[in-house]
Amino acid sequence: METINAEILTLTYGSIVRQLISDYEDVDEVNKQLEKMGYNIGQRLIDEYLARSKTTSCSDFKEVAERIAHVGFRMFLNTSARVAAWAPDGRSCSLILEDNPLTDFVELPEQLRGLSYSNILCGVIRGALEMVNIDAECSFVRDSLRGDDATELRLTFVAAAPEAYPYKDDD
Amino acid sequence: MATKGRTCSRSCLDYLLIEVVSHYANARQGPCLEVALEAIGLRVGIALAEWCTRDRSPISEPLDIIKFICKELWTEAFGKGVDNLRTNHRGTFVLRDVQFSWLEALHPNQLPPWLPGAGPSRTPTQDDVPPSPTSPGHPAPSTLPSPVTSHAVLPCALLRGALSALGLEASVTLDASSLPQADFTVVLRSPPGSWAGQE
Repeated sequence: METINAEILTLTYGSIVRQLISDYEDVDEVNKQLEKMGYNIGQRLIDEYLARSKTTSCSDFKEVAERIAHVGFRMFLNTSARVAAWAPDGRSCSLILEDNPLTDFVELPEQLRGLSYSNILCGVIRGALEMVNIDAECSFVRDSLRGDDATELRLTFVAAAPEAYPYKDDD
Repeated sequence: MATKGRTCSRSCLDYLLIEVVSHYANARQGPCLEVALEAIGLRVGIALAEWCTRDRSPISEPLDIIKFICKELWTEAFGKGVDNLRTNHRGTFVLRDVQFSWLEALHPNQLPPWLPGAGPSRTPTQDDVPPSPTSPGHPAPSTLPSPVTSHAVLPCALLRGALSALGLEASVTLDASSLPQADFTVVLRSPPGSWAGQE
């Protein structure tokens, strides 16, 4: 897989976040826009993921989370995540990021405490899962940028959309 | 803090660049596409120049600064050095990258032909029409900004930002008429007299 220096990605992403902050002047709106951008990216990125990972379909949501954590993050960001804190019903879990390349060289000032700096990742996961017929929600619950001891994404399964074919059997 | 040598997939950056251009092309609020991408690119260029020069002594000669950009900064940012550098020794430089990675995907042959900027010799035919109900087989209005123009703003601004961080104020334009080759023309803004004495 073709790789590049991560700094250029980190710097470009940082500059985009800064631009969004000055465009919207509202942290919640910036979080929303980042998620939206990620969602659009996820919808494209899933194709590459499926083509390169050559994986078969997942049997349950646990497997989905494991693949995102171990294959997805490794493939695109060259880092990996740990799956933890499963809810008893198996419908939500946490992805703990050991290391987040997007936040290298980043420090958040006090007035941007509410910023979910890497929120684009949540959007990517949601957008990608939607393309394989899984409705899921994803959000940051802890972020080491905000002084938490870890970076944790909460991934929640909402529904599995039935496979919809664009044609009828009798056509 | 990052250690030098960390890598990520190139497609991550490609997706991000595509998405940021499309975000500002569709944004209903905030600055227009050129202004926003220009600001983003300038900051990336400045930060990148600072990152690349952190362990070295300052460079003072304009030609040396340009050479530094062609070799080291370009490699850091785009994965390979500039292939060819020409100058008129009067403050104009042309940096040619024959395989410019940021615009590679905009090669005319890879674009759907109904888009402006796509293969000039081809006219859309019925086969080329996208499978969307809104396009009954005619090219998009030519008032749409060409995707190449939109995608060129960021790399030009990046280069301008890097130059300014190294002490050179310049204007940068991009000739992308024969992609994936990209010719960046850098025109330094400095008093004409300062070039006297150089060959």
